[in-house]
Amino acid sequence: MSHIPTKDEVCQPENMVYSRTCLLTDNALSYCPGCGHGTAHRLIMEVIEEMNLQADTIGVAPVGCSVLAYDFMNIDMQQAAHGRAPAVATGIKRLYPDKFVFTYQGDGDLAAIGTGETIHVCNRGENITVFFVNNGIYGMTGGQMAPTTLPGMKTATSPFGRDTETMGHPLKITELVAQLPGTYFVSRQAVHTPAHVRKAKKAIEKAIQYQKLNKGLSFVEIVSNCNSGWKMTPLESNKWMEENMFPYYPLGDIKVPK
Amino acid sequence: MKDIRLMKGNEAIAEGVIRAGCDGYFGYPITPQSEVLEYLMANKTKERTGMIVLQAESEIASIHMVYGGAGAGKRVMTSSSSPGISLMQEGISFMAGTELPCLLLNVVRGGPGLGTIQPSQSDYFQTVKGGGHGDYKLIVLAPASVQEMYDFAKLGFDLAFKHRIQVMVLSDGAIGQMMEKVELDEQIPRLTDAEIKVKFPWATTGKTPDRERNIITSLDLNPVKQEIININLQKKFKHIQETEVRFERIMCDDAEYLFVAYGSSARICQKAVLLGRERGIKVGLLRPITLFPFPTVELAKLAKQVKGMLSVEMSAGQMVEDVRLSVNGAVPVEHYGRLGGIMPAPDEVLNVLEENFIKEKKYEPHTN
Repeated sequence: MSHIPTKDEVCQPENMVYSRTCLLTDNALSYCPGCGHGTAHRLIMEVIEEMNLQADTIGVAPVGCSVLAYDFMNIDMQQAAHGRAPAVATGIKRLYPDKFVFTYQGDGDLAAIGTGETIHVCNRGENITVFFVNNGIYGMTGGQMAPTTLPGMKTATSPFGRDTETMGHPLKITELVAQLPGTYFVSRQAVHTPAHVRKAKKAIEKAIQYQKLNKGLSFVEIVSNCNSGWKMTPLESNKWMEENMFPYYPLGDIKVPK
Repeated sequence: MKDIRLMKGNEAIAEGVIRAGCDGYFGYPITPQSEVLEYLMANKTKERTGMIVLQAESEIASIHMVYGGAGAGKRVMTSSSSPGISLMQEGISFMAGTELPCLLLNVVRGGPGLGTIQPSQSDYFQTVKGGGHGDYKLIVLAPASVQEMYDFAKLGFDLAFKHRIQVMVLSDGAIGQMMEKVELDEQIPRLTDAEIKVKFPWATTGKTPDRERNIITSLDLNPVKQEIININLQKKFKHIQETEVRFERIMCDDAEYLFVAYGSSARICQKAVLLGRERGIKVGLLRPITLFPFPTVELAKLAKQVKGMLSVEMSAGQMVEDVRLSVNGAVPVEHYGRLGGIMPAPDEVLNVLEENFIKEKKYEPHTN
């Protein structure tokens, strides 16, 4: 019988093909298993590490599931009030124009309570990067209706499904900000399959590169699942996302530099 | 040669922050303080000192821009008037929770609601007792002249960074709009980014290998830790109460009666003191300069000397509660105020003092 290698024998530098970026901390992720936030965190931190930007980066994470992002991202961070991350980031970037400043916001934060801040940070063309994780629901507070909740979708505050007659329509804020002259690069991505992860990483790289080149605001939406809030298994939620979220929020670049 | 100019109060504080080495101003227009933003824009601060001035989309955005700048160690400020300051309370509470230094200016107008654009002092409770959610206090400076509007820019920033606290200059429409002579100081250079990194090691200036990452947050889901954070905050407020009280005594040495007033009301009472002395009444004025910390000890001392105190405010009676707490029943304390943007006249407040304390038994003890 052949020798079965022990864990210590396998875990040798010469066998290393991939490792976690050192810009993620050792803290165990508090996101629900199956949620896309962890992958989104990892991609952003990987790119910042690859571009050697740790010492120049200040991140802003507001209220929502992203509120604890600073527990996992090994960079200087400010926690912002609900919806106000774009204003906080503006304050930092105007005073440190050479730093790399980004916000990491959910859909309730960015497209409901912070709509004003979102529109105006984009309209001013602040030279920051906005990462927008859209899962169509308020995850942190327990699955209430979000501005991006799809028509008919059941949530804790739309228990019979979102009725667009009385509850309004899901807001395509990414298409909206793409109309503004201040945005330079606007893209919508997903992170639930390896192919999507690779595409999303490319978009994140571009968004950060454009900020380094002082091109104005870059905006990357990541359509994600919320298996807990949607009350599905992770696999079911990814399938549901493909079948329901993607038709309403189609993936791809929405605004690219000419 | 001294640099003396004739300026509006709002212009004076704008010039004051430039000369105090302010890095950034974020604000939104509102009467009666729009001259602050206008003056800063007209003065091309970027070219003069490198100071950034940005007109935000709202008072909410303004205060959170201040939060961002302050969290990165910069000397930043905003200004507004009452309705706008109400909108800022969210951000002020977050800055209290994160102990971020900043300078705030409220050029108070009458309320509630849209109220009036005329001067008022009806935001005392909001400013001194908290304003936003949670247990916190601001250092509150009450200027009574255009010179003090100017002076409190530098003093405010110094106190803010000394204690890592938010400093509010609580002015009013009269002080903001009136013109007086102002003596200006030399320009203080702005701190460089390298100096900020050394002086404020807590600031988010980018994580370098020589230190752990810096996080600005007011969140701790562990109640045991959150209570410790809150207890430490209270210790800071207590220390400030013990060390930073400022006030002015005007003809208090031989006073038998006392006005207590701040800001515009103090200017009116200062004249009333002179009128009173002409009438043979030994009256003085205690003018709190800091409303938090309040001159509690000084008022308690004066309570042993005078026969009565009249708190004069352009409000329905807010500071008077702190005066009563200070004297703790040792002496009668009454309130006189005008509302809705009306300013009292010196003879008017003097007559009220006489009616309350001097003329035949008009005084009835305060009962509530």
